[in-house]
Amino acid sequence: MAIIVDHVNYIYGQDTEQAVHALQDINLQIPDGQFIGIIGHTGSGKSTLVQHLNGLLKATSGSIYYNGQDIYDEGYNLKDLRSHVGLVFQYPEHQLFEVDVFSDVCFGPKNLGLSKKEVELRAFDALRQVGFPEELFYTSPFDLSGGQKRRVAIAGVLAMKPDVLILDEPTAGLDPKGREDILDMVKRLQQESGMTILLVSHSMDDVAEYVDRILVMDHGRVVFDDVPRQVFSHVEELEEMHLAAPQVTYILRDLKKAGIEVDENATTVDEAASTILQAFGKK
Amino acid sequence: MIRDITIGQYYQTDSVLHRLDPRVKLLGTLVYLVSLFCFHNPAGYAVALLFLILCIRLSHVPFGYMIKGMKSIMFILMITILFNLFLTSGTVLVSFWKITITVEGLKLAITMALRLCMLIIGASLMTLTTTPNHLTDGLEKGLRFLKVIKMPVHEIAMMMAIALRFIPILLEETDKIMKAQLARGADFESGGLVRRARAMVPLLVPLFVSAFRRANDLAMAMEARCYRGGDGRTKMKPLIYAGRDYAAYIILLAYLVISIFLGRWSVMTELLTSL
Repeated sequence: MAIIVDHVNYIYGQDTEQAVHALQDINLQIPDGQFIGIIGHTGSGKSTLVQHLNGLLKATSGSIYYNGQDIYDEGYNLKDLRSHVGLVFQYPEHQLFEVDVFSDVCFGPKNLGLSKKEVELRAFDALRQVGFPEELFYTSPFDLSGGQKRRVAIAGVLAMKPDVLILDEPTAGLDPKGREDILDMVKRLQQESGMTILLVSHSMDDVAEYVDRILVMDHGRVVFDDVPRQVFSHVEELEEMHLAAPQVTYILRDLKKAGIEVDENATTVDEAASTILQAFGKK
Repeated sequence: MIRDITIGQYYQTDSVLHRLDPRVKLLGTLVYLVSLFCFHNPAGYAVALLFLILCIRLSHVPFGYMIKGMKSIMFILMITILFNLFLTSGTVLVSFWKITITVEGLKLAITMALRLCMLIIGASLMTLTTTPNHLTDGLEKGLRFLKVIKMPVHEIAMMMAIALRFIPILLEETDKIMKAQLARGADFESGGLVRRARAMVPLLVPLFVSAFRRANDLAMAMEARCYRGGDGRTKMKPLIYAGRDYAAYIILLAYLVISIFLGRWSVMTELLTSL
């Protein structure tokens, strides 16, 4: 078990009148190598949750264990934890600051106190992993396009070689092509390096294709925690939380209502296509 | 972390002070601040303190929340106290090594500290109970008479409104960038002065970039809605005095009279008895 979240509560602005109970009794087990999607409406607590996993926020009550160690123990090295649990924030391109792309990516590994050679090697690797063109390594990060900036920012976290990579809405504000590129890249990372990935999003279509497991959050609670297929069978409950199932789920449900024998639990476009073809082939 | 700075922030709740016309609060704060420096005797302090406590109670802002914001000025307060304590000449109270504390110094240190605390709490009480928009509205209307001497009152008020509006946004942004850099292993807390200053670069550069981006967006949005300054502009919620505002003015006047009277009167009696 890589990460265990045990009865975690978090309250924003505890002593004021506007105290918000952002997380309510969260219990999770995140095994190594899993690709997890965290879905929830704006304000459901998903960003708050992931900021606990690398110790940026301290739970009001409850504990978090990383590889069996309580991260709230006195003397626990949080900086070390942050190099193992990489967190890419929403709009990560806003954190770029260096004069060129390469030095910006170097920032993370440099903070780990590695040798210059190792730092540069890691930066180079990370930029290659995100598919960033080599001829742009020494341009200013502020001259890049939105999608490229985001790649650089993700590389900045990857260069620390984390075991767990958390991405908070990595596709926000990108065009459909940019979205797909980023998500494909994340999937490739998980398959090639066996990284544990947590993908925060509010779009089911984003995650349905990629993840092994979905956490649905609403009002600071984890409502569903299951494989995509099971989660999407609760269409009505999801809609009550202002979420939606992927578009293919709706198509398949409508087809089924119209009397066509399809498997309505298919979650990805490919699965849906094959079950539809099958249904029509049978006729 | 950075959100703990509460000076100049608005505290959302419902109270008489929150509903008061901002012009009353502006003038009231000004009068109170000036009054703090008008008296020289315990009675004056007592009245000022009593008035402040009354206002704090009326505001429904938790006292602990106010004090939290005071931490950042603790340093200045300490310097004032120490300077007054050690550098005032007069009758010696204690003396050891090169340090002498005089009776006058002790008195001065205590009164100065008290004054400063009341000054800061009094001023922050206004910002805690008034939204920035309300505040600048009040300022604009309260200073309208300056237009006679060609003062661009509306423009100044608008600049203030924008500046105040941006404080929480920039604080939030700072918090976000700080967290993002912490996630990349940045260290803002350890090391000497030079190292700490250098550690601020990854925070300040993105902050400036985003401040300029936001300013640009705002200018664009204002222009898109045909903003062209204050001439002929009407208000959606014009400021109109209500009964409670007149009542507040009367209370303010009463406070002023009492504090001046008490303060001056005992100075005079003191003078007389010392003769």
